[in-house]
Amino acid sequence: MKTIVLGVESTAHTFGVGIVKEREIIADTRYRYEPEKGGIHPREAALYFMNIGPSAISEALRSAGISARDLTGVAVALGPGLGPCLRVGATHARAMAAYLNKPLIPVNHAVAHIEVGKLVTNVKDPLIVYLSGGNTLIAAFNEGRYRVFGETLDIALGNFMDTFVREIGLAPPYVVNGVHQLDRCAEKGKELIDLPYVVKGQDVSFSGLLTAALRAVRRGVPIENVCYSVREIAYSAIVEVSERALVHTDKKEVLVVGGVAASKYLKEKFEIMSSSRGVELAIVPPKYAVDNGVMIAWTGLLAFKSGITIEPERAYVRQRWRLDDVDIPWFGQ
Amino acid sequence: MLTSRGSGSELEVLAVGAEAVLLKGYFLGIKSVYKVRVPKPYRNPKLDLKVRRERTSAEAKHMISARRGGVNSPYILLVDPDAGVIVMEYIEGDLLRNILNSLPECRACTLLEHIGIMAGRLHNEGIVHGDLTTSNIIVCRRIGKPYLIDFGLARASEDIEDRGVDVHLFLRSLESVHFRVKDMAFRCFLNGYGKVVGEENLTKVVNKVKEIRLRGRYVEERRRRHH
Repeated sequence: MKTIVLGVESTAHTFGVGIVKEREIIADTRYRYEPEKGGIHPREAALYFMNIGPSAISEALRSAGISARDLTGVAVALGPGLGPCLRVGATHARAMAAYLNKPLIPVNHAVAHIEVGKLVTNVKDPLIVYLSGGNTLIAAFNEGRYRVFGETLDIALGNFMDTFVREIGLAPPYVVNGVHQLDRCAEKGKELIDLPYVVKGQDVSFSGLLTAALRAVRRGVPIENVCYSVREIAYSAIVEVSERALVHTDKKEVLVVGGVAASKYLKEKFEIMSSSRGVELAIVPPKYAVDNGVMIAWTGLLAFKSGITIEPERAYVRQRWRLDDVDIPWFGQ
Repeated sequence: MLTSRGSGSELEVLAVGAEAVLLKGYFLGIKSVYKVRVPKPYRNPKLDLKVRRERTSAEAKHMISARRGGVNSPYILLVDPDAGVIVMEYIEGDLLRNILNSLPECRACTLLEHIGIMAGRLHNEGIVHGDLTTSNIIVCRRIGKPYLIDFGLARASEDIEDRGVDVHLFLRSLESVHFRVKDMAFRCFLNGYGKVVGEENLTKVVNKVKEIRLRGRYVEERRRRHH
């Protein structure tokens, strides 16, 4: 009998429901909360999720052509993420599992980004560079877990980029036709201005760069040049810490996952670095690099086959659930 | 590209790291190591030059301060920040990592105590090493003294957290490669460290190390603090 798992994603701006049947994706429903102004307001996003949640689940089941009774289990992203958003997804998943009397499978959102990235790119044991709105970390598998070798000491790369373009009046919308406003604005820039480039050992930091860049804009430095400098500095710092981790871990593949992975300028830098180190570069295509339910379903399936389930009454959300807290017994299978 | 000066011999590659290439050769007739921070083609050239220049100067500065504070580290012969080059004396010896397991216990203890003294002196100078492991200590073959190398991640800090990380990294390197002798080695290290920094600082750093180790991944607390 084939294993069929439904996965619910609701850690930030996307309510996603995915269904996988072994390695086959049979449903992928997504609803994205778009703020009219400003950033994500967790409560507003949660309200939106509550409204569309039940129909998103029915829609996914319908598009897969199965009934809820056909499911082997229900997986849910319990963290890390925004509390109010996480709770909506968890409530839906707990209710489904309890009502249908199916196992509930806890999934870590960061692990899910990695597993779906491996599924669609076919890399086996990569150095992982996870870049999104809320996460910036470099990890690799070692002794049963994805170990963190470097990360941001303050704000995530995506959050940094969004905040910068918002503060200088270029967003929202943050991304237009798949290109972030920062990359758009930087295309017209030519001159590199002096802004802090902070790499501390294996870690990066962006808060000083953000402050200095906003100050430069206020001082009257052409906005295009500030964008260009910010892009160059932020992306180069990420590639540098990745290169350090690569040398340290001796991995032969690099996998870039998360919503910021789509930038072609970042990709260019990664390509130069990987070819100089003789390693293979895999960048998760935008469709699966952003938050979605399929990645939760797929990781849930892997976890379920390793015997990982949770009682609904114990399935609390964990806003700060770290990647390296999660055992990965299915690795290499 | 660089050529060896003073003897006409070629430079020989010792190691290729993430950031720099280490070459062995002669400088003014002295057997030397050339640490060359190579340009990174993925960085804007102006940015690349700035980063390499700043890091080269900082590393040389920390090495000189360390020596001034009584830490054995290679003599600096030339610093060329624009080229990203530091030329330093070549220490004839073995990496502690490669010899620690085969040293007689009392010899190992004396050596570790000396290393503890050096770590303490470095911290007293207001510097943390940033990568204090048994791979970054050379035991001089001629006189048996330990030398601290690779100040690439060193920085100015008087923070107990940063000092704790130095000591934690050293302990972790003992555990991973020298688990058989680690308890003795660490006791001797702390003995030397305490002699230099004093009882009060020793207690603070040891408590910090315990805290760091309870955290698992040690930057988590640092991360929270920055939020």
